[in-house]
Order: sequence, then structure tokens, then C-alpha cells
Amino acid sequence: MEALWINTFCTTTIEVFRTMFSIEAIPGTPRLKGEPYSSADITGIIGFSGEAQGSIALSFPSDTALKMISTLVGAPMNNLDMEVADGIGELANIVAGNAKKEIQGISLSISLPQVVIGKNHVLSMQSAIPVIIIPFSTPMGNFVVEFSLKKNNCG
Amino acid sequence: MKILLVDDSATIRRILKGLLGPLGVSDILEAGNGNQALKVLAENPGIDYMLLDWNMPELDGLGVLKQVRVNDSYRDLKIIMCTSEADKTKVIEAIKAGANNYIVKPFTPDIIKEKLVL
Repeated sequence: MEALWINTFCTTTIEVFRTMFSIEAIPGTPRLKGEPYSSADITGIIGFSGEAQGSIALSFPSDTALKMISTLVGAPMNNLDMEVADGIGELANIVAGNAKKEIQGISLSISLPQVVIGKNHVLSMQSAIPVIIIPFSTPMGNFVVEFSLKKNNCG
Repeated sequence: MKILLVDDSATIRRILKGLLGPLGVSDILEAGNGNQALKVLAENPGIDYMLLDWNMPELDGLGVLKQVRVNDSYRDLKIIMCTSEADKTKVIEAIKAGANNYIVKPFTPDIIKEKLVL
């Protein structure tokens, strides 16, 4: 894990939320993830492959997700249904795609989004790779970005 | 003006429809993957623009682009990639394969307006 990547994922997330929602996402202190834990209700996940392996997940409490997707589509969303899941998956996809561009020197591919819905669900990423958690606060509510990325061994 | 929106995200298609309406575009078709896009194109002659996502299930946007550009029936179709694939290498690859323009998500209403010459 390159320390520089923490900044990449952080700034990319800020830029994406600024453009999509016209809000400032304020990052908290990044930390290493210990036990698999998430207090979120919906999570969008994108896998990375190619010259490095890993994933990025954006996790939201229900209220935050509903506010954000309602804003995006211009209509009220009241339940964590397929429409909201689609929006959260796309949000993760956009953050992943833009972060990929900023990660210099390695060629990466991104997977199609996967979305997990469940009250206080647990998210467990690849245990061999350290997972970094960055909490964000916004006027629409808080969310968490967690990512892991490890260059492949050569030879 | 007839536009085909191709994206596996219904959210993105909904956002784009909401942006295109005020720009005077009312004839909007949709597809959720590349194979659906080819079917819609074949069944609906006279589509002027296709806004095309890259990463989709079944057949991706690059695959659609390559198939469309070898079919003379679609020589007047303008194709704008609209994708989260933001790397310069991807942009070059799409332009070489015949894309007329490239929009990186997230987009703003102004970007959509600027890239579509209506």
C-alpha cells in the first residue's frame, strides 16, 4: 500500500461529491481497519485488478444514502430499494474510476459495482491487504470510504 | 433529435434524461448494456447520438463502438462515451475506435450541453 494512495482516494472522493452534489465532503483522519466492521446500511463496492489488486467501498447510513440519491435523480427516495442501490453502486464506480486515473504508474481495471444492503452490515475485505478507512462528513450526512490496494509481485 | 442512452445504471440514465429534456431533446431511447444498445439501434433508424458507458455487463461500450463503426448503416451516428473511465489511455482508445467525443463522470449539466451539439 502506497501512502500516497490515501491522498488520492481522499481528494478524488472530495472532487466527486463536489461535482455531483455541490457539497463539501470533509475527510476525517484515515485509519487502518481492524476488525471487519461497518455501521452502514448500504455499501457500494468496486474491485481493482491488473497490476494491483484490491477494492474500494463507499458505506452510507440509510438517511444519507436516501438524501444523496434523491438529490441525484431529483425525486424523493424513501427506501433502500434497487433504485437507491443502483445509485450507490454508480457513485462507487465514479469514485473508483477517477481514483484509478490518479494512481500513477500502474495499470488497473475496475469491476462492475456490487452493492450490499443491510442494517449495520459487516464488510470484510481481503485480509492479506491492509484496509484504510477514511470517514467523511457532509451536510447530507456522514459516510465512509474504505479501500485496499496492493501491487502485484513481479517475477 | 433522437438520442440513445446506454448505461447499466438506471440512475445515470435518469439523470441524463432529466438534463436532456430542458435542452429540447424529447426523443430519448435507453439501453442497459451493449447488446441491448445494438438491438435498439437496429430497431430504431435515425438515431443521431449515442451516449455510451464503457463498463457494462454482457457487452461493454468499446465493444459496441467497434461493432457500430464497421456498420455503414450507422455512419452518421455520433457516439459520445460517457464513463467513469477517466484515464488518458482509455480516452485515446475510444477515439481511435471511432468515438466522436468523451465525457468523464461525474458530469455537470454544462458539460453535457457543451459536448452535444444540438
